Amino acid sequence: MREYDIVIVGGGPAGLAAAISAKENGVSDVLILERDKELGGILNQCIHNGFGLHTFKEELTGPEYAARFIKKAIELNVEYKLNTMVADISKDRVITAISREDGLIQIKAGAIVLAMGCRERPRGALNIPGYRPAGIFSAGTAQRLVNMEGYMPGREVVILGSGDIGLIMARRMTLEGAKVKVVAELMPYSGGLKRNIVQCLDDFGIPLKLSHTVIDIDGKERVKGVTLAQVGPDGKPVPGTQEYISCDTLLLSVGLLPENELSRGAGVALSPVTNGPVVNESLETSLDGIFACGNVLHVHDLVDYVSEEAHMAGKNAARYVLDKKSGNTSDSRGPVITLKGENGVRYTVPSMIFTDRMEETLTVRFRVSNVFKDAAICTYFGDTCVSRRKKRVLAPGEMENIILKKKDIKAAEGLSCITIRIEQQ
Amino acid sequence: MEKRELTCIGCPLGCAVTVTLENGEIQSVTGNTCKRGEDYARKEVTHPTRIVTTTVAVRGGCKPMVSVKTKTDIPKDKIFDCVRALKGVTVDAPVAIGDVILENVADTGVDVVATSDCREEPLRKQA
Repeated sequence: MREYDIVIVGGGPAGLAAAISAKENGVSDVLILERDKELGGILNQCIHNGFGLHTFKEELTGPEYAARFIKKAIELNVEYKLNTMVADISKDRVITAISREDGLIQIKAGAIVLAMGCRERPRGALNIPGYRPAGIFSAGTAQRLVNMEGYMPGREVVILGSGDIGLIMARRMTLEGAKVKVVAELMPYSGGLKRNIVQCLDDFGIPLKLSHTVIDIDGKERVKGVTLAQVGPDGKPVPGTQEYISCDTLLLSVGLLPENELSRGAGVALSPVTNGPVVNESLETSLDGIFACGNVLHVHDLVDYVSEEAHMAGKNAARYVLDKKSGNTSDSRGPVITLKGENGVRYTVPSMIFTDRMEETLTVRFRVSNVFKDAAICTYFGDTCVSRRKKRVLAPGEMENIILKKKDIKAAEGLSCITIRIEQQ
Repeated sequence: MEKRELTCIGCPLGCAVTVTLENGEIQSVTGNTCKRGEDYARKEVTHPTRIVTTTVAVRGGCKPMVSVKTKTDIPKDKIFDCVRALKGVTVDAPVAIGDVILENVADTGVDVVATSDCREEPLRKQA
């Protein structure tokens, strides 16, 4: 069986950044397994600009952002296998993968970084009545067809869900000559970034109907139209608000799901809130030596944060491997602190801290459950509020973070729980 | 006095910026958290611009399409002229990031450049 110090599952933004970081932190033997025919992951189809403002201080398109990381990974001699599908990961870090070139292969990894990303919630998860005609696509599928394959999925479009991919596709389809009639959003707020609402809808006069959903799909062979209705506070259609809109295409941008079949198979503990692995301060999962980062861990809004997080995962995986190699098996983790979100904070990543393993600072990422105006992000050590950061606006579509300092945590004796809460001013 | 409410797109923070105008003259810009927010708001009210991203077809490449963008932002009202000018443009592989695909698109003085690489390689015939 071939052995590698670190194997990274997935060659998208998370996998690339983790691989680069592992190399930079002294591990020579790093392998990326990628199921697609090229590295870069979803960035290859995200041809719009707006990537990399944090990382490179300039505005790049998705493929350009990916190319910088791919170049760096190749310069650092990161090995990678394309067209390779990982079929199984075992608890003791044996990876089984399949490719046309190599057939069935097994690889023993010193450490594994899970970087499989996420996938789109499909129509089947929505319970929309009606036939199953052609013309219903997830927004990301349509994005791939238009941007990479050069096919237009349709001419008259309704988009359900105002996630970022849906918004981006509203603009993209419009530029390619389609008529985007409306974007309907079930929630009373959009799940997408504000800049996308401005640049993708407002710029082209595409209406965004909040608290609306599709209650029927018309058409047997091909979509002929959809029925929209307003949704009440109880989540049910309001009688009398139905509106028929003719269209040949329905795009769905109704949420992303971390793709954790492999993690589950290995026995990694998953969070019911994020659908991603439960991780500690090192982004290590419940299984020794298996780390996670990027959208497989929790769905991000900005790729810059994915790169940053993956950089930490790669660094920690490297530390794990180098510790093992140097015979440093003293498991000095120090006291454990539980991290949790409350009162509007849906979850935190990580959700626990082994204090001795913590670096000088730790970025804790989370999302809020609702739109909050003039609120504050409050951090509690036990029952004591240690920080209040005022925010004019907090929205579920945008990831938030706080930074914990090791010296503060060390100074708080007997600390066992840190809570993050949203409080109105 | 006229008030314009904008969402800054300078970075993902998306600040809600208010521009106060009097007789078309900007009196104040508020709500921004950085200088970029003010610059954006001033520009958005007087002459809005956008970077346009789209794709063009490739001949003899490892993939059928290559992504492109206007090298810098162009006036917002030129977006469709730009896309129209690129319609029917086909380039020959290989293509490298930064290659000029179309000069001075729609008389904006801005070139359209490639944003992805494409190796030379005939596509396998589709079954």
